[in-house]
Amino acid sequence: MNFDKELDARGLNCPLPILRTKKSLGELASGQILKVSSTDPGSVKDMQAFANQTGNELLSTAENNGEFIFLMRKH
Amino acid sequence: METKKMALIATKGTLDWAYPPFILASTAAALGYEVQIFFTFYGLQLLKKDLSGLKVSPLGNPGMPMKMPFGPKWLKEISWNIPNAVQSLVPGYENVATTLMKQTIKNNGVATIPDLRELCQEADVKMIACQMTVELFGFDHSDFIGNIEYGGAATFFEFAGETDICLFI
Repeated sequence: MNFDKELDARGLNCPLPILRTKKSLGELASGQILKVSSTDPGSVKDMQAFANQTGNELLSTAENNGEFIFLMRKH
Repeated sequence: METKKMALIATKGTLDWAYPPFILASTAAALGYEVQIFFTFYGLQLLKKDLSGLKVSPLGNPGMPMKMPFGPKWLKEISWNIPNAVQSLVPGYENVATTLMKQTIKNNGVATIPDLRELCQEADVKMIACQMTVELFGFDHSDFIGNIEYGGAATFFEFAGETDICLFI
């Protein structure tokens, strides 16, 4: 899937992946898509919770060898 | 939708207890909350310009795991069960524990306290220092970072009374 911006949050722990995601979304226009990669297992639930509370849409979550890839569409 | 609000009271001045208020405040701000933190008693340490004095004490803290952040895997996995009586007698024990904790924090990709505090300030988290304890402990406003306010309990309630979440840490 295409995306407009990529955020590498690998190696970072709570709450940094969420804070960086928020910051990166701020640099996008409404409807654009952010790809986030993370190694923090807690980020799976946190990204969904972030999306639920902010109105941004979590399009997909995937895991690959302990790495998590999220696609989020800006509200 | 009306903006959600969160108020925190930060009362602890150690490296470990510096985390909860700054993690919650920065995350709440990222979620769109308006956030205020009221720093009182030992929590005032978290507003000092220089945060390098924050320490963690294993003394009287049996819940704190003591593990080596350096060396081979077998060494890192040992849980050091050092009796409190010994800890209290060894000079510099807290400094050693603090150094090890800082290394563990770094190894795990956890943000430092100065970084988290800066993130809070960038996110417009409002920080209020308790004027009464500033005087009680003989601090001066010049000891603290800028961009903070000074006030008392009534100042706290003005905002806290309208919040969705209000926590004492």
